[in-house]
Parts: sequence; structure tokens; C-alpha cells
Amino acid sequence: MAQLTMIQAITDALKTEMKNDENVLVFGEDVGNNGGVFRATEGLQKEFGEDRVFDTPLAESGIGGLAIGLALQGYRPVPEIQFFGFVYEVMDSISGQMARMRFRSGGSLNSPVTIRSPFGGGVHTPEMHADSLEGLMTSQPGLKVVIPSTPYDAKGLLISAIRDNDPVIFLEHMKLYRSFRQEVPEEEYTIPLGKADIKREGKDLTIIAYGAMVQESIKAAEELEKENYSVEVIDLRTVQPLDIETIIASVEKTGRAMVVQEAQKQAGIAANVVAEITDRAILSLDAPVLRVTAPDSIFPFSQAEQVWLPNAKDIVETAKKVLTF
Amino acid sequence: MAAKKSQQFDPVETLNAIEEKFEMFQILNEEGEIVNPDADPKLSDEDLQELMRRMVYTRILDQRSISLNRQGRLGFYAPTAGQEASQLASHFALKKEDFILPGYRDVPQLIWHGWPLHQAFLFSRGHFMGNRMAEGLNVLPPQIIIGAQFIQAAGVALGMQKRKKEAVAVTYTGDGGSSQGDFYEGINFAGAFRAPAIFIVQNNQYAISTPRELQTAAKTIAQKAVAAGIPGVLVDGMDPLAVYAVTRDARERAIRGEGPTMIETMCYRYGPHTMAGDDPTRYRTSDIDSEWEKKDPLVRFRKYLEAKNLWNEEKENEVIEQAKEEIKAAIKEADAAPKQKVTDLLGLMYEEVPFNVQEQLDIYKAKESK
Repeated sequence: MAQLTMIQAITDALKTEMKNDENVLVFGEDVGNNGGVFRATEGLQKEFGEDRVFDTPLAESGIGGLAIGLALQGYRPVPEIQFFGFVYEVMDSISGQMARMRFRSGGSLNSPVTIRSPFGGGVHTPEMHADSLEGLMTSQPGLKVVIPSTPYDAKGLLISAIRDNDPVIFLEHMKLYRSFRQEVPEEEYTIPLGKADIKREGKDLTIIAYGAMVQESIKAAEELEKENYSVEVIDLRTVQPLDIETIIASVEKTGRAMVVQEAQKQAGIAANVVAEITDRAILSLDAPVLRVTAPDSIFPFSQAEQVWLPNAKDIVETAKKVLTF
Repeated sequence: MAAKKSQQFDPVETLNAIEEKFEMFQILNEEGEIVNPDADPKLSDEDLQELMRRMVYTRILDQRSISLNRQGRLGFYAPTAGQEASQLASHFALKKEDFILPGYRDVPQLIWHGWPLHQAFLFSRGHFMGNRMAEGLNVLPPQIIIGAQFIQAAGVALGMQKRKKEAVAVTYTGDGGSSQGDFYEGINFAGAFRAPAIFIVQNNQYAISTPRELQTAAKTIAQKAVAAGIPGVLVDGMDPLAVYAVTRDARERAIRGEGPTMIETMCYRYGPHTMAGDDPTRYRTSDIDSEWEKKDPLVRFRKYLEAKNLWNEEKENEVIEQAKEEIKAAIKEADAAPKQKVTDLLGLMYEEVPFNVQEQLDIYKAKESK
């Protein structure tokens, strides 16, 4: 089995599905000859031709509309939005159009589009490149929102996303693109959307996280283990719809829970997770469900990222509050 | 390319030269006379009669829809009278395999493309079954977001090109729509891909109340095509023959692989923007109304056909009676549609029902069975 980075696993998934299904089209800004600004589509145009892997004019709204129209001709579009901060330009196509296609056509049409896009802080990008805007997406009925945290998950989830007959927003954390390698099978495999993964088992506390915060949470769990706390880390993987079953089973086991997200407290999905836990498992709780998030400011200019982004130390600090409540 | 050194480039002169090029194309004048015989599309007698039939039928449908709306028997409705040539003569140049992406006023084109009348009424009433398109009916439900259909048309057209279909994507918006970013992105994308699309701007002079001259400094909307590097045409939108001819030509160019065309149809809506409280007397005078009524597409086409002995009062009355009867039957059919339930709505969200939706489906199923 090959040791792949997350970006390589993503390219591998695209290649796999382009081979499997000739209706899969990959397009966006600089994804063709250039292979994408992060090289996610490296080599695809050469292998599959300019008809299936192509550059578009520089206009995100146009890319969204193109995807909807191509889907109406039976294609399975996988457009790239170069950085997810640019999503505001394509909000109507996503929330106003593809998310509602099945509904507004009385079930006669659909939008099997997978929008891939890099996001996430810690890599010193300019403004509007790093923001965690998944909360905008999860508040829109009709979409599915996927955020992998490992190379293995990225491949299996992306293949599932492309095969899904509803629109999927597939968000790739830039810091995870090349931060570590993992064994990724060469053959195709899928990971079902809407299923969380227990990345680390424990019995005293459940940490629910996604994206880059999964690794931070695991680091925190390892720290806490030194003090004899056994911490479970759940990686949501799909943030819409949530895997309530896995979350609740874990909370019922540990009796204590917290949610970690890179997005601001008022954004993201942590509040939603907390509400689901209190709705369904309040009698299992020995402590309030706390959150570790970024503060409610605009995502900072790059020099301030390290003081702004939540990290393992913040997680340990909050975890201790929950554990000793 | 060697630059001219002897004289200064004059951007104003260039603009003026471009704007002057966009003269309004006409074949049939207000008196029903052919003024441009070389351009006459020479439709067969049957086709001429059929186009007239559709325009008369649609005028009646508009009148009935307005009165049904006032009686509370229809919901959302955007009047179409005045735009029959623009809507129906452009549609007349299309084929069944062409895909229509309509704005909300473009219900008539959908009907003549095969959307059953009772479904159009259900759409108006806000029932999802109105928008449930039959297999093989190449249309989207009317778009509400102004301009969104332009970028989607580029996508449908690109898909047709990739599938090597002999078909085009046709989309409609109004003069206001031509100010949207999506308008530019749509024509630009289609141009860049040489995709087989036709972009029709029905310039009915007002975006709700905002007059055309406040939308843009451009003298014509058609000239905006130049910026996208695609052909643009300004056509008399009250002239069925001219609208038909330019749409047919645009379609032929697209099918030949020569890319998209943008067409501005100069027209007028006699009625309000929609039936939801718009009062046109706040922004236009009856003088302007009557000036446009003189250009009426039905009046001039009727004159033309009568002179050719292809139309008379009897034929017209037949169409009117047929329209009234079919509208009555369609309303009855729409009345018979089942009431919408929350479980229907939740069931339309995803192919595979996710956990949160399933939970709510169960709750509403229980409520609805009480």
C-alpha cells in the first residue's frame, strides 16, 4: 500500500472516479494544465483529456452555474472553488440553485455536483482564503457537507461524494494537505457519507471534532492521558448530516463531552452538536458540554493566526473543566 | 500587429462606432407590411397560421390568468401581453430537443414546449407538482433569481456540445437581468467554450419600475455581446417575423459549432410586473402605453395574415374558444391535485433520506395521520 498525503489521496480519488464513470468532469480555475494551485488535479488533464478536465474563465458564480447545467445534461460535475473564501461569489448557485433542484422540480431533476474546495487556517494565506465557512453550508437544507481529516478518509469520502446524487460540498483543510502521510489502498473503496469515525477510543470524555481540529484533539487526548484521563475523539467527517448515533453512543458511555471547531463560536457546527447532545442524552451528562472554537472576530491576517486558531493546549484546558466539573 | 503611430486611439469614437452598428432589425412593420423582403424567413402558410394561433391563445391565457388571479384562483403570475412575438416567435424557431431555461415571465414558451397547462397553474399556485417535469421535456421550472439561468444555460450548452447533440440551450431574462453579474458570466462562459446557447434579453423597458436608461450607459443591451466576443442582435421584439428569423439564425450558428448569440428583443409589457401589487401608473404614462400598443405584435401579424388570406375573424374566434375551454379544463385538473403535506416536502430533499430528515418525517407522518 502506498503512503500518501491527503492531496495525493484526493488526486487518487478523482482519478478513480474519472476511470469508473465517463460522466465525471473536473473543472475550475487553473485545474487543467496547471493541475490546480495545490496540484489536486495534477496529471488529470493529460490522462483524461481536455474534454473532461478543463480550465474555466475566472468567475466562481459561472463555475457553479456551469456545474448545474452540465448536471442537467447527465454529467457528474466535480468543480473546484479555488479557495473556499471565494464561495460568497457562488452562493446563489449553491444555496439558491443546486441545493433546491430536487425539491423545486418536484423530484424530477437533481444536482449530483461535488464542489471541492480548500479552506482552513495555519498556512499564512492572504484574506478570504482560510475562513471556516462550513456553517454557511450546513444551514442550507439540501446540501451534504464533508470535511476529511486524514488521507485515507479523504479518498473514500470523495469517491462517495462524487457518486452521491445530491450536491456535496467537500472541504479540504489546507494544513492537512501535506502534513502527514498514511497508507491508502490503491484500489477503490468508499466511506459512507454521514458516518463519523472514532479516531481514538476512551471512556472519560468524548471530544467531537472535524477537519484539522481532529489532529489537535488527538494531541490533547495524548496529553490528558499522561494525567490518566481516557479521552475518546470522534471525527465527524460529514458535518451535514451529522452522525447522531455515534455521538450519542459515545456520550452515553463517557458522560462528558466537548466539541472542537476551527470556526468562530457563532459559526461552524459546534452549537448544533451541543444541542443534539442535550436533546438526546442530557441525563447521561455529568458536566456541561463545552466548546473550543475560534473567537468571534473576522479570520485574522496571517501574522495573528497562531494566537487566534484553537489548538491542543486550548483543548486540554477546556477538557479539564469538563472532566473536573 | 503593428500599432498605428500616426494617430491617437480614440476610445470615444470606437464606442460610438460600435453603438451605431446596433440598429434595430425589423421585417414586418406596424402596418403588417414586409419592409425587409430579403430577410423574410418565408414561413409556410401553416407555420404562419400556427404562430398566429399561439399568439392569440397566449393573449387569452394572459387575460384569463389575470382574472383568475384576481379571483384568488391563481397565485404568482407575471403578465405576458405585449411580449408574444418576443416569447413565442423566438420559441417557434426552436426544436423539441432544445433546452429552455426560463425567467418567471416565460411560462408561455414552456407551455408551447410541452409543459401541461395545469402544471403551469400548479406552479402559479405554489404546488411542487407544477414543477415536476416529464421525462424528455427539456425545460427548467421558471427561475426566480434574475440571471441565474444565464450561467446555467452556459452549462447546459456545454453539456450538449460534449454530448455532440444537435440542440441548443435557450435562456430568457429582461432588461434588468442584463445588469446582473450572472448575465456577463453566462455569455462570457458560453463564448469562451463556443457553447451552443442563445441568450435572449426581452427588453420590456422596465425592471419592475426602473426604466431601461437607468440600467446601463450602454445604448443597447445587444452591444454587451461584443464584450463577450459573441454576436449580438437588436431586434424589434413586437415583430414576430424578425424575432423568428434572428432566433433561427442564432440556432443554426450554434448547431454549426459557431457558438452562442445574444438577442435583445425590444418589446413592452402592457400589464404590471406581477399581480402582487405592482401599479405601472406609478412609473409610466398612458401615452407611453398607447404608443407601444400601436406596435402590437398581434395587430401587425393579423394584418399581414389577413392580407395573405390566411386569417380571419372566424379563425381567431375558434382559437379564443379553444383557449378558454382548455384553460377551464386545466384549472379543473389543477384543482384536483392533492394537498401538499410536510412529508411530501421532506421527501423531496435528498435521494437517500438522512437521519435528521427521517426523524422529522416520522413526526409529521404521525401528525398527518391524525
